[in-house]
Amino acid sequence: MYETTYHRPGSIAEAAAMLSKAADGKLLAGGQTLIPTMKQRLASPSDLVDIGGLAELQGITVGGGTVTIGAGTKHGEVAGSADVAAAIPALGALAEGIGDPHVRQMGTLGGSIANNDPAADYPAAVVGLGATVTTSKRTIAGDDFFTGMFETALDEGEIVTKVAFPVPAKAGYAKFPNPASRYAMVGVMVSKGTDGAVRVAVTGAGPCVFRVPAMEAALAANWSPAALDGIAVSAADLNADIHGSAEYRANLVTVMAKRAVAAAG
Amino acid sequence: MTKVTMTVNGRSVAGDVEDRTLLVDFLRSNLGLTGTHVGCDTSQCGACVVHVDGRAVKSCTMLAVQASGADVTTIEGIGTPEALHPVQEAFRENHALQCGFCTPGMIMATVDLIKRKGTDLDEATVRHELDGNICRCTGYHNIVKAVLSAAEKMAGAKAAAE
Amino acid sequence: MGMEGIGAPVKRKEDRRFITGRGRYTDDIALKDMTYAWFVRSPHAHARIRSIDTSAARAAPGVVGVLTGADLAGDKIGGLICGWMIHSKDGSPMKAGAHPAIAAEVVKHVGDQVAVVIAETRNQARDAAELVVVDYEPLPAIVDPAKSRAAAAPQVHPEAPGNLIYNWGLGDEAATDAALAGAARIVTLDMRNNRLVPNAIEPRAAIGAYDPAEEHYTLYNTSQNPHVARLVLSAFVGVAPEHKLRVVAPDVGGGFGSKIFIYPEETVCLWASRRIGGRPVKWTADRSESFLVDAHGRDHVTHAEMAFDADNRILGLKVHTIANIGAYMSTFSSSVPTYLYATLLSGQYDIPAIYAEVDAVYTHTAPVDAYRGAGRPEATYVVERLMETAARELGVDPAELRRRNFVRSFPHQTPVIMAYDAGDYEAHLDAALKIADYAGFAARKAEAKARGKLRGIGFSCYIEACGIAPSQAVGSLGAGVGLWESAEVRVNPVGTVEVLTGCHSHGQGHETTYAQLVNERLGIPIDQISIVHGDTDKVQFGMGTYGSRSGAVGMSAVLKAIEKVEAKAKKIAAHLMEASEADIVIEGGELKVAGTDKSLPFFQVALAAYTAHNLPAGMEPGLKEGAFYDPTNFTFPAGTYICEVEIDPDTGKTEICSFVAVDDFGKIINPMIVEGQVHGGVTQGLGQALLENCVYDEESGQLITGSMMDYAMPRASDVPSYNVTTTETVCPGNPLGMKGCGEAGAIGSPPALINAITDAIGNNDLSMPATPEKVWRAIRAVA
Repeated sequence: MYETTYHRPGSIAEAAAMLSKAADGKLLAGGQTLIPTMKQRLASPSDLVDIGGLAELQGITVGGGTVTIGAGTKHGEVAGSADVAAAIPALGALAEGIGDPHVRQMGTLGGSIANNDPAADYPAAVVGLGATVTTSKRTIAGDDFFTGMFETALDEGEIVTKVAFPVPAKAGYAKFPNPASRYAMVGVMVSKGTDGAVRVAVTGAGPCVFRVPAMEAALAANWSPAALDGIAVSAADLNADIHGSAEYRANLVTVMAKRAVAAAG
Repeated sequence: MTKVTMTVNGRSVAGDVEDRTLLVDFLRSNLGLTGTHVGCDTSQCGACVVHVDGRAVKSCTMLAVQASGADVTTIEGIGTPEALHPVQEAFRENHALQCGFCTPGMIMATVDLIKRKGTDLDEATVRHELDGNICRCTGYHNIVKAVLSAAEKMAGAKAAAE
Repeated sequence: MGMEGIGAPVKRKEDRRFITGRGRYTDDIALKDMTYAWFVRSPHAHARIRSIDTSAARAAPGVVGVLTGADLAGDKIGGLICGWMIHSKDGSPMKAGAHPAIAAEVVKHVGDQVAVVIAETRNQARDAAELVVVDYEPLPAIVDPAKSRAAAAPQVHPEAPGNLIYNWGLGDEAATDAALAGAARIVTLDMRNNRLVPNAIEPRAAIGAYDPAEEHYTLYNTSQNPHVARLVLSAFVGVAPEHKLRVVAPDVGGGFGSKIFIYPEETVCLWASRRIGGRPVKWTADRSESFLVDAHGRDHVTHAEMAFDADNRILGLKVHTIANIGAYMSTFSSSVPTYLYATLLSGQYDIPAIYAEVDAVYTHTAPVDAYRGAGRPEATYVVERLMETAARELGVDPAELRRRNFVRSFPHQTPVIMAYDAGDYEAHLDAALKIADYAGFAARKAEAKARGKLRGIGFSCYIEACGIAPSQAVGSLGAGVGLWESAEVRVNPVGTVEVLTGCHSHGQGHETTYAQLVNERLGIPIDQISIVHGDTDKVQFGMGTYGSRSGAVGMSAVLKAIEKVEAKAKKIAAHLMEASEADIVIEGGELKVAGTDKSLPFFQVALAAYTAHNLPAGMEPGLKEGAFYDPTNFTFPAGTYICEVEIDPDTGKTEICSFVAVDDFGKIINPMIVEGQVHGGVTQGLGQALLENCVYDEESGQLITGSMMDYAMPRASDVPSYNVTTTETVCPGNPLGMKGCGEAGAIGSPPALINAITDAIGNNDLSMPATPEKVWRAIRAVA
């Protein structure tokens, strides 16, 4: 790791101020991606602004048909939350499958979506459940938040503060983990809103989380795994590596989507 | 250099470190607590697991300055050779270690797992919960046995106390 | 069997320090004024070094020194060696290229060392290493062993034209060709034994410390064989004279072969400590470095043909293998694809004719050397995949085809050197069939099918050769060292015992099992017995631990020393009790006069030996004996493994439902430890077959699987609990009747899993590792 300067602000406002003053500052939340990246000397921020402990970023609240999760809430807290399990069990199950138990006790929701790793799980939840992201400056619809590989709609210095997940009528998440890293080779979140709107969001398969309109239409007409028979995404734009070709990932998208529907019930 | 202070195994400690110093390096180099090991550099093997404010974390993926003010427990702090923690005892009883290098992290992960998941565990849960700890020697068979056995004994001890 | 003697599942003595965080591994050691080394490594697979500019690095904060290959050559430090000479079929010696500890002219694989930076802290050394400017002229690289002999392939070493190190043969080619020509059926397979990264969880580390006043060197090192390290570093590399070099291998966090070898880094730490005036120099590998520079394992490309007669008896086996040695010949690399491989191609079977030919080739990849099993997993994979394939092609039950061809009388001379001394292959086959409920498999398969899953079962009847071997025999085959072992048994005046062994324990539990042997013979409680190993200042000499040798060879040496102690103790006891020496027996910690009630506790005899007030005339005081034991033959552990899997046809993902291992290890000292060795070995073998694969980019020679993010290590959720048991035929070759158990699991399990998967999916065209995508494609190919 290159040398860096660590800061621990007392508030979001102070964090934003520290960030703006830094030559090349970065927010540190759980650090479960940033610190390994810095250890490999692939990132060299001049300053680290640690928002992991900020009280105003913590907590899970359920009410008004929405599960709202503070950006600093750890994956393990989401996975272990009885409130989440009651309202959106698929969200708790997704959190339970991120990384490993130790990573889950440090890694945060805000850190995950702000980083937007193409193989991260949470982007599938944000898009697949039609969530809304609140930042230090504004609110951003989940559909507009993820803009490309490791790219988001966040401006310089903008800090994610919370994510509001509408409680769906049904939702399910199915993940095929990479055998080495345990990231998603393919992860699919499906949901049917209380208004009947269907969402199918895929992570891991492409450069960025994406929706599958053909599957959404089929499921809107017939909410069952069988409805997805014969519906596949094109392999043309999918990721390929030593663990899986684009063609194989395309197959997994359909298989995982069907399993997610089955899990949703 | 930044001054960090924390409680480690019940003892107040302090030290001057570069901000880039990892918690594991502070524990090993500054405090001489070499029971916490480093087995990889990509946050996967779990040989470095310690408890920070009661949660099991990878001390290779946390800065020492991040842990400033925290309460840290390492393998040296959960039991002694004379008074072993039930999880330590179960690892020995079940031959759940060979070279011993992953063992501190495995034991710290197990203590945390039983704390979070309770003592009524099944094999599938234990195997899933050990995803953050890699062992190259035991093939996990006896580690799983040790975790289940420790949980059972701890449940028994709790029941006896009640 | 006593409570602590041979055969008892004694809890390990060494555990107490490990479970409380009080182990002492190399990186735990901090010496006064210690400095830290960081190596500058080549980013290219193959490049000429035009120049190296170290000036900026030298000026960086905390830097104590920067050293290059030119400095090393200037100090006349020699290159690293390969200690086993192999001759090609044409009689010519193997063609080994130079292996400098720091490359000076050409780098030959990604990660090759080009300079070392020594600084006050590890971070400073690493920071400064980035300031070393190396001007490279990149050259084309070759990483695929199957393509390395092509005329246009880039050349790795000028000494080895066509990248061929040797073209070696074993067996009778004409007889084998004749057997194939007369066969009713020939079964043919092309196989790749995938390249593996050992990944002991403790990364390699070394501390070199030079004392200028004494001109003495100390090396703390993650080594499986500190004495061999001392020998090679002194006699061949020339970094320090042998009598002025102490090598200490303290607690070592797993080895699996990768810590046998003498590597550049420890060489450099020793030398660098002298160059900087005697401050200790510590190097600890990052895991990413381990991936780049630890010796890898396997990497064979094989074509094999097995001939059967009309009664399904094997007539002959012909094998051609290309073995990837990597960019340099590591310490024992030449022996792995030859005498540790082709000699086991007879398997458990009576095969009249076998011929094997091996081309060992250089590539621009990390060196390849012994990894758990070393040659024997590769042989077992060839034989056991052929057997399963043959059963399918011949339309016979795979268990019965094996049974039909088993060796049944011993000793049995194979056509490939080995003389099997003892075994009962049907015993473990039958036991395994019963435990695996083979009879119930069809019902389980049908039940799985109803759930949409493909269920399969696979066998592996492996044999291996351990405890190698008579020194004269291995010498005649090209080994540069003898493969005996030494021991010393020191009885203290109070009757406690220290055993010094040249073997090294890095997970095997010698501190317990060796004490059990002493307890068995002398009746002394194991907590009064200490096992000393891993320090060349304490133990005179030894060959270390690898090849499942520490029981069959190491403990035989201990036993010989104990017998000498017993003989002397009996003489003293007879003298003290005024009895005949022939009447003295040792039982329960006492020396007794048989048939009387006269006895002396062992400690009183020990004390008498040291007070020397009343010893038999002419007897030297003291009670300490040493022994060297040279094996009389290899030992031949063998067993049957049965694996059952279920495949998800939609994803190709394999779930291992059950794994049965029945092994014949001969006599067993501690069944708990033996089972643990099998569990670990099996997991490594299943890891090879299902998950692990070391991949280099064909074009650039870059290591694609450079970390555990891409190299899939087996985790707890990837494997099941195992069903492990043993049968026993006593090994006649050593006094304890032991065969060795350390590698069997890794040797026997890969073909069992692949045979199970190919059975499930009905397609035999599948290579290791059986990734979900490969299995998914194989299913679709036959759908």
